[in-house]
Amino acid sequence: MLPGVLCVRPLSAIFGFTRPLANFTPHMAPNRPVEGAIRTKLTQQLEPEHLEVHNESHMHAVPAGSESHFRVLVVSPRFQGLSLLQRHRMVNDTLAEELKTCVHALAIQAKTPEQWNSDPSLTKSPPCLGGSKGDHTMEEKLKAGSN
Amino acid sequence: MNCLMRSTVRCLQRSSSVYLMNNVDVHHAGLGLFSTRLMCSAAKDLGDLVKKDKVVVFMKGTPAQPLCGFSNAVVQILRMHGVNEYAAYNVLDDQDLRQGVKDYSNWPTIPQIYLNGEFVGGCDILLQMHQNGDLVDELQKLGIRSALLDAEKESK
Repeated sequence: MLPGVLCVRPLSAIFGFTRPLANFTPHMAPNRPVEGAIRTKLTQQLEPEHLEVHNESHMHAVPAGSESHFRVLVVSPRFQGLSLLQRHRMVNDTLAEELKTCVHALAIQAKTPEQWNSDPSLTKSPPCLGGSKGDHTMEEKLKAGSN
Repeated sequence: MNCLMRSTVRCLQRSSSVYLMNNVDVHHAGLGLFSTRLMCSAAKDLGDLVKKDKVVVFMKGTPAQPLCGFSNAVVQILRMHGVNEYAAYNVLDDQDLRQGVKDYSNWPTIPQIYLNGEFVGGCDILLQMHQNGDLVDELQKLGIRSALLDAEKESK
């Protein structure tokens, strides 16, 4: 394990770090179908002990009310023994339909219960640099999300 | 500083959408500008592309001007490790490449990072590798000494 100076670099200029645990809202709003689908599928496929689904579309250059940019935190024993890549692929595969249609960006944290207990934090997404503005493929995704 | 300039230029050159592949169609666009249509969906071409350089990044924008926060994070992390010479491909300039790399990697989002021809993951994975020290080790395997090791030495 490397000394702390290597492990903890001040990425605060790029990323915000570790904020307190967000409250998990069990109720799915009817006007947030994509978020609901993400939550349902991840719950069914990965049987998480803890799950957070955050719609971060408001942080990006997309219309208000969009469901195009998400951050998910999945804590599941099913990740035990799997590499980061394998874990993320599991999440991607679970949400393949959404990623093909309406979800443009998906930030993932995939932890085992042990890892979560030792570090219960949610990484904050970096500020948008406007990449979705003028991106015509985004229009298709937003249309797909509103259907 | 010269090295940084050279490598920045190299990054910029590589991140241009115009780069030569085996099968290239060149045709005039409506405005009379040249454009290249790349057969990037062919796995073989992308396979060659990701192996050509030790560090390959598919991103939105360029290392000098990233157009996406997640792509920018990748650039910043690599910069922290002193990795300024790498192949960076701007998928916003080439929709064939944008979809092609997603198909090739079987990964739905951009940015995407390849080390030594092997797919590593996206921004989240690179960040965690940076935080837990794995990135230093992986770069070492490629014969790249992370700048963070030198920074640690100096601080002692």
